[in-house]
Amino acid sequence: MTTRRDFLKGALAGTAIVSAGATPVQARETHTRPPEGLGLLYDATLCVGCKACVAACKEANGNPPVFSTVDPLWDTPLDTNGHTFNIIKMYRNGTMETKDAEQNGYSFMKVSCMHCADPSCVSACPVSAMTKDPVTGVVGYDPGKCIGCRYCVAACPFGIPKYQFDDPFGRIGKCELCRHRHKDGHYSACAEVCPTGATLFGRTEDLLAEAKRRLALKPGTTTTYPRGRLRHAQEKALQGQPEGKGAMQRHGWRDEPDQSYEGPVGNYIQHVYGEKEYGGTQVLKLSAVNFEKVGMPNLPPNSSAATSETIQHSLYGGLIMPIAVLGALTFVAKRNVKPDDGEEG
Amino acid sequence: MTTHSAPVPVGGPLLNKTTVIAGLLVMLMAAILLYRFIFGLGAVTNLSDGYPWGIWIVVDVMIGSAFACGGFSVAMLVYLFNRGEYHPLVRPALLASLLGYTLAGAGVIFDLGRWWNVWNMYWPWSANPNSVMFEVAVCITLYIFVMWIEFSPVVLEQFGLRDAKKKVTKYMFFIIALGTLLPMMHQSSLGTLWVVLGGQVAPLWQTPAVPALFLLTAIIMGYAVVLFESCLASSAYRRSIEMNILTPMAKVMLGIVAVYLVVRLGDVTVRGVLGDAFKPNLNALMFWLETACFVVPFFIIGTEVQRRNPARLFVAGILLMLGGSLLRLNGFLIGYDTGPGFSYFPSLSEILVTAGMFATEVLLYIVVTRRFPVLPREAAHS
Repeated sequence: MTTRRDFLKGALAGTAIVSAGATPVQARETHTRPPEGLGLLYDATLCVGCKACVAACKEANGNPPVFSTVDPLWDTPLDTNGHTFNIIKMYRNGTMETKDAEQNGYSFMKVSCMHCADPSCVSACPVSAMTKDPVTGVVGYDPGKCIGCRYCVAACPFGIPKYQFDDPFGRIGKCELCRHRHKDGHYSACAEVCPTGATLFGRTEDLLAEAKRRLALKPGTTTTYPRGRLRHAQEKALQGQPEGKGAMQRHGWRDEPDQSYEGPVGNYIQHVYGEKEYGGTQVLKLSAVNFEKVGMPNLPPNSSAATSETIQHSLYGGLIMPIAVLGALTFVAKRNVKPDDGEEG
Repeated sequence: MTTHSAPVPVGGPLLNKTTVIAGLLVMLMAAILLYRFIFGLGAVTNLSDGYPWGIWIVVDVMIGSAFACGGFSVAMLVYLFNRGEYHPLVRPALLASLLGYTLAGAGVIFDLGRWWNVWNMYWPWSANPNSVMFEVAVCITLYIFVMWIEFSPVVLEQFGLRDAKKKVTKYMFFIIALGTLLPMMHQSSLGTLWVVLGGQVAPLWQTPAVPALFLLTAIIMGYAVVLFESCLASSAYRRSIEMNILTPMAKVMLGIVAVYLVVRLGDVTVRGVLGDAFKPNLNALMFWLETACFVVPFFIIGTEVQRRNPARLFVAGILLMLGGSLLRLNGFLIGYDTGPGFSYFPSLSEILVTAGMFATEVLLYIVVTRRFPVLPREAAHS
């Protein structure tokens, strides 16, 4: 029987083609944030837990209230869900005497989409319903394409995309940084309404600089906290010049009075959450309580999307490997499938 | 060397205890699915945002399609390694695969929350080649078509369409090659699906080697299902068992199991997570249960004499089917943790739909083998 040798020959030829084709395939590096990417900075030490952001988010996105109490009196979601894109969670310990203390204290944490530099949901989505804007970096959702497979729900390390299981025509619900309001000069509703500036909107690069400025300050001293939107360096240079009609064209955002205020510096953990996690996120967080304790997962600097796509593209990049294997298989099958063989199977 | 006899329909009544029970399960499934499509997934399933995939995906699609790898595993043996003696197994295995995959494809639709948009999967402007699921979906769809073409000679033969059959068989070698490539691609990618889930999948299962683990177990499960089905079909139809074929095939299968165990345990050791297997928790227990299902068959059918015993082949087949199933269940559900506050156990409706899916397959298998030339002619066998 010479056929086994033939098979080996064919297999070897196939392997040769495959390895020749496979060598140029490179590991897919973890993506980094787009330079003009937009995001939020949430500072847990400034948050008073008023949940104005939760209410504003519901209104801006046309979401109905969700009830967790016996009497459905007002919106009381316990977590983000298909109709709740933003929520303030609470860390509690012991007597809960002191704010922002790990022992016998409490702390708040905002949970909403992190707008990852290299989002798992975007990599996972088979139909490009979940996309990352190349300029703003906003991770947006298109229900017109979505097939409801919920791979994004499974993939996200923050548990952010949520599916509306209660609806036969359910969609995925997640924060899109209020991108539908940007054209009117409005930014994220949660940041617009935040009374203390705990949630601040801006370019992530500016927000990161602001976060690092706060970390460098001595706890207990006084500093200035911006509110609403963090103006970036260029805008700051224009400050003092006549603002007015042209302001919106110049910055893109509606003009508002400066609302910054003086306040005490928190006892921060020296870590800007989101600076490096999964290649970085556009939403950044500061906290005085350990991030894992307030529900933020400990993530490596490399994204799982990069690992997944490296595997996919090594195997299927340019369809080189499948075509080479198919060639080898066809060669072998042509020899072994006898003319009358088809008659039988 | 192909002295085996041509397949013929088994014949006999279509209405018996098995088909009636299967039929009832199918009707029950249809009723639940009707309810699901009117009231949504939340109305019938225990799915949540922490466990967005339940048994309809993990069992009906992932495990169901792996069970349907018999056609691919046997075809590989017959046409690539030119082992014509296994030829009588081709048609029955192909039929089971065809039904299994077609149902897995249907199962996906039942689970899709926005099923009316499914055309986007095949719409070039929506395609996302970075997505593992995109590759899986396109590849499985193509494979279902390929298998129908592979099986078409059976149907054409039954209806006496000789010319059409001749045309199809002329290019059968290419269809067979394609029918071997496609399952290699998507069965491995079904494992790659959990790579992007990152740290949410326990380290005992989260590995870049997962495509190899899934491919090897899919081939193993393919052979295991053939052992299982051959024994079952022989006993149900009171036919003699093709031991002269099954015994050597079981040896081939064990060889692949040995390779799998080396890769599996090697990967866990190299990544330094073997310690996780000795922690007192559910994941460790499930890991050992899964591994045991691949190890124990060596004690059941390890010797040539043992492999001549159909009961032993049957049990070993079931164990390996279970082992492959556990690998999939463990990675996607049991070893998958999205954080506190979420748990999942399938609802009765979910279980009944899964039962209905398997009942559909049994029902169709009986109808087709009784009416179409799939199983080898009984008298010619010795």
